[in-house]
Amino acid sequence: MLAAHLTPLAASLFSLMAIASLLLAFVMLGSRWLRHYLYAFAAESWLIAALSAAVGFYGNYPELYLIAILTLLFRGCVLPYLILRIIRRLNVAREVHVILQASSCMVIGALAVVFALVVATRIGANLGLAGTVAVLALTVMLAMKLIGFLMLTVRHEAISQILGLLVLENGIFLGAQILVPGMPLLIEIVILFDLLIVVACFGLLVQYLLSHVGTTSSLELRRLVG
Amino acid sequence: MIGALLLAVVLAPTFAIAVILLTRRPRLAEKLNLAASAIAVIAALLLPPLSGDGPHVYWNAYIILDPLGVWVILCAAIVYFLASIYAVGYMRLLDEEARLPRFYALFAGFGLTTLIGPMMNSAGLYWIAIELTTLVSTFLVAFERAPESIEAAWKYIIVVSGGISLALLGTILFYWAGSFVLGPTYDMTWSVLRDAAPRMNPALLVLAFLLVLIGYGTKVGLAPMHTWLPDAHSEGPAPVSAMLSGALLNTAMIGVVRYLSIVDAARLGPVPRVSMIVLGVFSLVVAALFIVRQTGIKRLMAYSSVEHMGVIALGFGFGGALGVAGALYHMLNHSLNKSLMFFGAGSMMRSYQTKDIGGIRTVGRRFPVLGALWLAGAVAITGAPPFGLFASEFTILRAGLRTPSAWAAIFMAILLIVIFIGFLNHFRIMYFEPAAQDIEPRQSVSAWCLVPMWLALAPLFVLGLWWPDAIWGYFGSIAHALEGGIRVASAQP
Repeated sequence: MLAAHLTPLAASLFSLMAIASLLLAFVMLGSRWLRHYLYAFAAESWLIAALSAAVGFYGNYPELYLIAILTLLFRGCVLPYLILRIIRRLNVAREVHVILQASSCMVIGALAVVFALVVATRIGANLGLAGTVAVLALTVMLAMKLIGFLMLTVRHEAISQILGLLVLENGIFLGAQILVPGMPLLIEIVILFDLLIVVACFGLLVQYLLSHVGTTSSLELRRLVG
Repeated sequence: MIGALLLAVVLAPTFAIAVILLTRRPRLAEKLNLAASAIAVIAALLLPPLSGDGPHVYWNAYIILDPLGVWVILCAAIVYFLASIYAVGYMRLLDEEARLPRFYALFAGFGLTTLIGPMMNSAGLYWIAIELTTLVSTFLVAFERAPESIEAAWKYIIVVSGGISLALLGTILFYWAGSFVLGPTYDMTWSVLRDAAPRMNPALLVLAFLLVLIGYGTKVGLAPMHTWLPDAHSEGPAPVSAMLSGALLNTAMIGVVRYLSIVDAARLGPVPRVSMIVLGVFSLVVAALFIVRQTGIKRLMAYSSVEHMGVIALGFGFGGALGVAGALYHMLNHSLNKSLMFFGAGSMMRSYQTKDIGGIRTVGRRFPVLGALWLAGAVAITGAPPFGLFASEFTILRAGLRTPSAWAAIFMAILLIVIFIGFLNHFRIMYFEPAAQDIEPRQSVSAWCLVPMWLALAPLFVLGLWWPDAIWGYFGSIAHALEGGIRVASAQP
């Protein structure tokens, strides 16, 4: 278990990056401008790439450098670019109708982090890992999961929903780098590629939404009930 | 030999997709897809007798053929074949000639992804296969381009992607739990995980299993994660609905079952099984409520899928030789029967030009053959004898009454009766109530649409009257493999 035998410097570096990603998730939660979401998402992806490289360096997993480069390329550049193109085509700059004010969102998000911390602490204590960076990684993983679902629930613009899903995946990826750095390379690479296809599909669907339904807000999608 | 059959199952649709995309001729596309599905179903029918008890592993242990996987592949291949026949007749009614090649390429792709899901030996690759089924089928659901279809496709991809991202988290936690036992790098195959499970941390395993259950449960359509299912099933073209219901849901269920067998090996107490049983019962409750008050004909069928997935979840949740056998038998019966129901519903929708039960009247008089087949299917799907679903549901009930969760079996029986009454009441209205105003349906239903209904009903009837010993033995070996020989197959039905 890598996380249990780290030098203090490495452990604090990992913690710093994990916390910074969590903060960026809150930036997304607190803003109403689609571009801010996107920049925060891109920054988060860059952090994850840096984290991969750092874990590769301190844990002696050379294949993680490859993952870091691919993450940087796909999550950090290609995905944000694809989404930026969709945003430009849509002419939607921000969430127009808010279901929940940004401030309330932040409070709920904070509660989600507390919940994640409780779960992670108990699991960590159970595994004998209390106080290590593994607990923090698990916390961030679960918290970003919950924040992603929160974004999916309270945001209704199609782009925000896509970004919400990507936050879900970012959380998993971030935690996975610290918890299971030795995960087989093949699977990680395929999951990265898979994400590209997912976003391409979303792009196509958003176009359909716009041309056949006339809206990209899920508030208007209410023909099918019961 | 088995390797060759496996290749046939995979390569036939792949080849069909390639040629369809290259030639882009509608008539050729439908024939290629039909041929591919025929090859796949023949190969899949040969697999269970030839592959026997033991798992066969191919290609660096990424591919596995074990009895459980073979059974799900068989169910999926049968539905793919029946739906491909039906699609020839149905898609010609849609006036989308130019887009037909794309439809068939996607359809073959959907068939392919549901067929390879059960073959995946690595938990990570299985997750990717499930994700791919979503991506391909989204565009099939959106195929008709009506606002409703696009809405259904959007809800489908958002809800299911969110759901299976939970499954990914669960998968990673399983890997993490394993890394304490097996070291930082290992191949996450099902058997490796199961062998290591007794030495993994129980608390972490429970958390990981619950995440996986909720995640793949979304894809299976267990309530309360079922919200995408009625929309997607009702808005896609009828052959797609049949594939979604008959093939895809089983392919997702097998993941839950494999993880269940892993946590079983770890002996974690009642939590995993009880949570599965609770989800199953809740699915039955939701299905019963929505079936009774339903107004859309395909949504009625969709909620019936929620019901049957609940029944299958209960079967695996009860466990034991009887429960597993009943659930597996139910998978096949559900695949056949739900295809039949969606085919009938699709033909009715096209003939009466409406999706509402209110607009469909005096079916029996206007469509003697089609109407009789559909009615027989309706009787079968509610679990009445002498059809296969009666046998499988009854087996699951018996299995349930023997476990400490007998309350769930009693609930199941009551809810099945409610569904029986509610479901058949809609059919009574459609067949025997006089029409309020003059409805003049289009009369002709092509043979392409009728033949698959016969092909689905005949085996259902046979399976209801006669449960072959060979199949029973086969289920016994699956149950044995799943439960690690803890509870040996004993009872004969």
